[in-house]
Amino acid sequence: MNEAVVWMIIGMGIVTYIPRILPLLMLSTENWPSWLRRMLARVPYAVLGALIFPGIIFAYDAVWYGLLGGAAAFFIAYTGAPLIAVVAGTILLLTGINLIM
Amino acid sequence: METAAYMEKDDSLRRGLTAGLSIAFGYMPVAITFGLLAGSTGLTVFEAVLMSMVVFAGAAQYMALSMLAIGAGMVEIVLATFIVNFRHLLMSASIQERAEPSSKKFRALFGFFLTDEVFAVSSVKQPPISGSYILGVGLSAYSSWVGFTAAGFYTGALLPGVLQESMGIALYALFIALLVPSIKEEGRPVVVLALLGGGFHWLYQLFLDTGWAIMTATVTAVILYELFDVKRRKKR
Repeated sequence: MNEAVVWMIIGMGIVTYIPRILPLLMLSTENWPSWLRRMLARVPYAVLGALIFPGIIFAYDAVWYGLLGGAAAFFIAYTGAPLIAVVAGTILLLTGINLIM
Repeated sequence: METAAYMEKDDSLRRGLTAGLSIAFGYMPVAITFGLLAGSTGLTVFEAVLMSMVVFAGAAQYMALSMLAIGAGMVEIVLATFIVNFRHLLMSASIQERAEPSSKKFRALFGFFLTDEVFAVSSVKQPPISGSYILGVGLSAYSSWVGFTAAGFYTGALLPGVLQESMGIALYALFIALLVPSIKEEGRPVVVLALLGGGFHWLYQLFLDTGWAIMTATVTAVILYELFDVKRRKKR
């Protein structure tokens, strides 16, 4: 065990933890203007979009492979399946295609 | 009355743990690979697992490994971690706006688990979001992240290659699965916001670090949407 590495890990932990809790502890949005609160409420959808694109396109060497997985996830989710079923179903489908090809 | 409140709380923790299983699943290949790479970078299993336990941030941990490998300084690595993870400030603020009121101590507890994925799963719920629910989602994700870091360190080839490769889609499938119910329910606004977020991320990641690209893309998307929305409403 290297002591310097342990200190580095603790430092990484602190600088990660602070942005995660600071708004939770310090922010009081009750008196914020409604447009700002509306924007905050829309953050999740914009974040989800950013987490999907462009990552899914470059996830595999072949662009179509990631896109196919994305399309599969979309259709499974559209049937109202639970999260875990969407994830498992998409993985199984891609594994199957991988084995055939 | 108190018992009823307690039981409700108890139930949301359990529902959170269940919802977090999909993240636990998605983290599996990422954590296994992290454990494996940590070993080959020269970290001990104690250091690798400690990093997953204390930092709990995929992108930053991978970055730390590649920086260690090229001999970067420790201060540099901590600074880079701060820059990459700064985006969680925005997610924490969005949760704070929509979360059920709870004690500061409790917020400091569930806030620790706010990774992109834990935020995404928690935040698509109708507000007010229960803190216990977020804690449940976080604990599921955390157990997988820490456990599979250790597993990956010892046995990088824990999963058959074919499965490990196709599991790379897991987190994307999760994000899409989170968007779809909102698209079905609210339609256009969700699609537009997601497309704006994704489009600007695509653009910004060409010249910005991952963390900053996601954050600036999100900010641009919600500002643009608000501007369009105000304009559209004025026209009517």
